[in-house]
This record gives sequence, C-alpha cells and structure tokens, in this order.
Amino acid sequence: MTPAAVRRVGERALLVELDDTAQVAALYGWLRERQESRALGAVEEIVPAARTVLLDGVADVDALAALLRTARPSAAAAATGPLVEVPTVYDGADLAEVAALWGVSEEAAVRIHTGPEYVVAFCGFAPGFGYLTGLPPRYEVPRRATPRSSVPVGSVALAGPYTGVYPGSSPGGWQLIGRTGLALWDTGREPAALLAPGVRVRFTAERA
Amino acid sequence: MEALSGLLVVRPGPLTTVQDLGRRGVAHLGVPRAGALDEPALRAANRLVGNEPGAAGLETTLGGVALRALGPVVVAVTGAPSPVRVDGRAAAWGAPVAVPAGAVLEVGAATAGVRGYLAVAGAIAVPPVLGSRSTDLLSGLGPAPLAAGDRLPVGPPPPDRPRPDLVPLPAPPAELVLRLRLGPRADWFEPSALTRLARDGYLVSPAGNRIGLRTEGPPVTRARAGELPSEGMVLGAVQIPPDGRPVVFLADHPTTGGYPVIGVVPAADLAAAAQARPGTPVRFVLLRER
Repeated sequence: MTPAAVRRVGERALLVELDDTAQVAALYGWLRERQESRALGAVEEIVPAARTVLLDGVADVDALAALLRTARPSAAAAATGPLVEVPTVYDGADLAEVAALWGVSEEAAVRIHTGPEYVVAFCGFAPGFGYLTGLPPRYEVPRRATPRSSVPVGSVALAGPYTGVYPGSSPGGWQLIGRTGLALWDTGREPAALLAPGVRVRFTAERA
Repeated sequence: MEALSGLLVVRPGPLTTVQDLGRRGVAHLGVPRAGALDEPALRAANRLVGNEPGAAGLETTLGGVALRALGPVVVAVTGAPSPVRVDGRAAAWGAPVAVPAGAVLEVGAATAGVRGYLAVAGAIAVPPVLGSRSTDLLSGLGPAPLAAGDRLPVGPPPPDRPRPDLVPLPAPPAELVLRLRLGPRADWFEPSALTRLARDGYLVSPAGNRIGLRTEGPPVTRARAGELPSEGMVLGAVQIPPDGRPVVFLADHPTTGGYPVIGVVPAADLAAAAQARPGTPVRFVLLRER
C-alpha cells in the first residue's frame, strides 16, 4: 500500500492520509521501526488516528514527505507491539443490550468479545484511552443515544468498530460490557499508558 | 530539620498555573503538550533570574498572584505588564527582584495583555509528570491551578551565569496579526471563504482559554458537508467548528480533533495570541505556498 496523500500541516508537520485503520496501523508500525533505528530524521510526535498519521515537530519536512511517498509498510508491521492481557469481569450495564444487538446470549457475547486478539489502533479522548480494533465488523454497535455523565474507571466498552477501556472516570457514550481492575494509566509508571498504539490486547473473562 | 523554603500562595489570582515548555513525544497517548502560552516571556523571566530558559515558573491570568517567600528568593515578572510589590513597596517589572524571607510578593492586575510569567531563581520544583511540570487544563495532568495556602517548592539556586538586566519583549498587541499557512483541510472550504477569512474582521472572544483562542466574526462557510474522522492536531491549527468561527489551538489543545483545519498559524505568532484581550481585532494573513 502507499499513502493516499501526504498533506502539509503548517511549517513543521505532515498528515498522511490512508484508506482505513488497518493501513494506519501498518504505517505507524513502519514509522516506529524507522524512528527506533534512527532512519526517520528528527520527528517529535507520531500521532495515528482513524484514517491518518500526523508527524509533528519534523526537522526536514520535504525529506520526510519524499520518504513517505515511497513507504510500503506491510500488515505485519502493524502487530509487533507487546501483548497485554486485560482480565475483565463481564457485568457491564449494557451487556444485555449488546448481546441483544448481536442476537446472542450474554454468555455468547462474552465469548465473542474474548475471542480476537485486538490491536490499539490509536489513542485519543483522554490520556491512555486506546481505540482497539479486532472485533469483526458484524459486531459494530452504536454509541448510546444519551451519554452517561460518569463512566467508572476500568470500564470495558464498545462503540462503532472499536473496543476501549476507560483509563479514568469520565463522561462517556460507549456501551459498557465489563470492567477491569488493571491500571491502564499511571503517570508514575513506565510506560504510563498500557494501551499505547501498536500494543496487542487480549480480554480474558474473570468471575466477579 | 528542613529549613523553610519555597513560596506560600496568599492569593492565587483568577487562574495561575505552573508552566515550563510542556510535554513532547506523548501526543500518541492522547497527552496534550501544555507549556507556557507566551513562551518568549517565560524564557525571558527565567534568564533574568539565571535559570535555564525552559525552567518551570508561574503563568498568571489577568489578575496576578500574591506569594509569601518562605526563604529569600530572587524573582522576575514578565509577560503582561503589571505592578509588582514587595511587602507593599513598588518593585521592578521585567527585572530581577530580591524578596526577603517572610515578605509578600504581589503581582497586581495586568495593565495590558493577559498572561504574566513569574520566574524564581531555582525554578518551581514540583515533581515532573511525563517530562514536564506544566499544568495541562484539558486532561488534568501536572499540578492543579494554584489555591490559597498551597506551598510551592523552589529548587536550589542556579549556578552563576551571565544574566541580562533587562529583556526586550513586545507590548501586548492592539491588533492581533496571525499568519496562516493553508491546509491540511482548506479544500473543505470555498475559495471565497478563504479570501473572506483574510479580509473580514474578527475579534478575540472572551470564551477563549489555554486550549484555544476563540474568535467572533463572520462565519467561515464550508464547501462540503459531512464529517471528518478525528485526526492529529498541531499547535496553531485553526479549526472551523460548525458555527464557522475560527478557533486557534493553543498549548492545551486536544491531540486529535474532528473539525476541519483550514490552516496553521506559525508558533512564533502564538505569543501575541496569548496576550490578546477579548475584543482585540484579529487579522489573518494568508501565507503563500512556496
């Protein structure tokens, strides 16, 4: 694959447009590998999102743009991050509703959610909040019509094609299917964010 | 027994935060950059007291701050011009000021501009979070805004190095001129909208904050409807939300956003944006492509 477009963003940044989140993950992995082997030049920030990768604080924008136009990252570059296991108690307030949307029992819904290996495609919304891809497209669910004013920390939730885990208590409109006691965000720890882009994730069902 | 040192907050002012140059290399985790909005003013204050230019100081907002020195300190106040007093006696603004142990340093309301910077020799020594001591008001990282009774630790005095007596800084702007390099989503707007953005008058809105400078004026209309999937945002990005009023992203901006960015203001112009009071006229000057 090649990037659909490389756009200038001000004096020191580039925005790479891609066709889908899988291509974003592949390019992000490719860029991280080159950054670690110092083959990328000076770049302060590499920010993946749903269809784009932003490169900010770039020392030589023209050279990097030329490199990006020749980039041929493979899907294999996407899933090279560490594997994090998220023990989850599946007793979320919206589990029954999600199971009904999927047309299965709650037990089957838990099996469906614990099946795939996920990848953190990108972060956003709050520090350490990862957007995880890996659930088959037929299990997409809408956001709640009315967001909750407070979602408890550690809530495992679904929206659109994504799974996420709330790193702190916050307002939120995702469908809550469970909760984990794992500390996803701790600024006193290295790494602060367990679910950084490129990290692979498995959910395991735990008893309450 | 530990000697008393540091600064005790007597009057926190409307919004006073600890700021250095902010966080880098963590935007992919959803962490905003934060840091002083008027970076040259913070650097100047630090140089006046002999600190590294990017050391942590205080950023005040319009109303100043009052602090009791628990031990003797040297401070400097820059940014928005304001009266400076030590135990009620007038002291210099924009120059080093010695504050004896027990004395109260008062930075009064800004006579122009918005953000004042107070550097103390040795710097504000709160623990760093992700490489910075800055308060980030969007995600709540770093120390909370100052409250009466807080004690701010101060680091050991910096080594002797040449320090200026005065640092020239521009006056707060009567008109805010923001250069704008178009893109990455300028193609979401009619060419006539781009022309009008440069021609029509905007004013600084009172709704702005450390996240963004908001403007009031004629709405910038889109050429196309629809939604943009959230994408990475840079400092100085000018987003056009549904109401059409440009928002210029400042230090605490979110790392991603879904409104189209019509153009980007160079970082060099953002210090003036940090000092522009509500009602200040804003003029966008389009930068030509190379």
